Amino acid sequence: MSAILNSESKKVLIKPLINENPITLQVLGICSALAVTSQMSTSLIMALALTSVTACSSAAISSIRNHIPGSIRIIVQMTIIASLVIVVDQILKAFAYEISKQLSVFVGLIITNCIVMGRAEAYAMKNPPLESFIDGVGNGLGYSLILVIVAFFRELLGSGKLLGIEVFHLSKDGGWYDPNGLMLLPPSAFFIIGLIIWVFRQAKPEQCEHVDFKIMDIAHGEGGHH
Amino acid sequence: MEAYISLFVKAVFIENLALSFFLGMCTFLAVSKKISTAMGLGVAVMLVQTITVPANNLIYHSLLKEDALSWMGITGVDLSFLALLSSIGMIAALVQILEMILDKFFPALHSALGIFLPLITVNCAILGGSLFMIERDYNFGESVTYGIGSGFGWALAITVMAGVREKLKYSDIPAGLQGLGITFITAGLMSLGFMAFSGIQL
Repeated sequence: MSAILNSESKKVLIKPLINENPITLQVLGICSALAVTSQMSTSLIMALALTSVTACSSAAISSIRNHIPGSIRIIVQMTIIASLVIVVDQILKAFAYEISKQLSVFVGLIITNCIVMGRAEAYAMKNPPLESFIDGVGNGLGYSLILVIVAFFRELLGSGKLLGIEVFHLSKDGGWYDPNGLMLLPPSAFFIIGLIIWVFRQAKPEQCEHVDFKIMDIAHGEGGHH
Repeated sequence: MEAYISLFVKAVFIENLALSFFLGMCTFLAVSKKISTAMGLGVAVMLVQTITVPANNLIYHSLLKEDALSWMGITGVDLSFLALLSSIGMIAALVQILEMILDKFFPALHSALGIFLPLITVNCAILGGSLFMIERDYNFGESVTYGIGSGFGWALAITVMAGVREKLKYSDIPAGLQGLGITFITAGLMSLGFMAFSGIQL
């Protein structure tokens, strides 16, 4: 194992977690993700499904990268990804039917998840299969990290539970915690992601975006600083 | 008729693809900096959605659904697991054809919408619309209504978002929240606004 994970591939695996997180920095793959984060269990399954699809599709695409004509590469990538997603979808329907019902169309939407396509296009088309596989796992994990953080707060504050186990004693059963219904609704996911991005960027100022219009310092008169 | 109007209103406001199902978020966030481009993309999404949802509905009901092949004398075949593959293939092909038709017959429209069309193939809102249509088992008439409604709802959301962001760039935002962060918070507030429609029963 240590022979496979040399320092280069370790970097490929670790980098997407914080420094180049696909969600907070590259704004990829939020499409199908947020709707499944009202519970930990669904988001863990979703994270697992996406990580395996990204890793396998990257490896598969990379292994035939020299045989794909440039003009039809998108269609070829799509077909590979769609086939893998069908496999995942069928496995979920067979072994975790309840959760696959809750995830509804969002498993299918992994096909158009920008992370999968993005990694295929940006990394797998240029690198050998093993590195591409590790890169896929790394990016999948970066996505999973955000998903699990969001789901943690939404489930804990929204229903006082984690993975279905009661953590906060609810007031309707005589406890002290009054669940915040907003956390179960879509807007809360936007707020939490926005706050996560804020925290990430506060810790790593180099990730901040360029400002279009600087606010002038009034105390120094009209000229101001630029 | 009333059922169709109710479905339309539901698709536009109550079950807005962008704000309550988070679909098409990548493009929603990336292309909402200017109202004019946002509107162009919105119209393109609406157009593609109006064509692909009914088209996928026809494919699903005449080829893939359980026993759908009985008109060919084949019974007991359930190909519905192929729906994912056929939907995305259908979308990719239709977008390509649409681009060619626009290029040939409506050059002005093509130069306005052309750059957005390739983006749309991988827009989750388009695939999501088709998958919701399959999951909710809409008939053909309903799928046409749902296609127009959900596309219009998405276009509405991205145009409003671009309007807010155009004003927002003059405001004093903490460095870490600048750009993407504040956009998420804004989208959350808009989504809260759209939730106000959720009690409406038609």
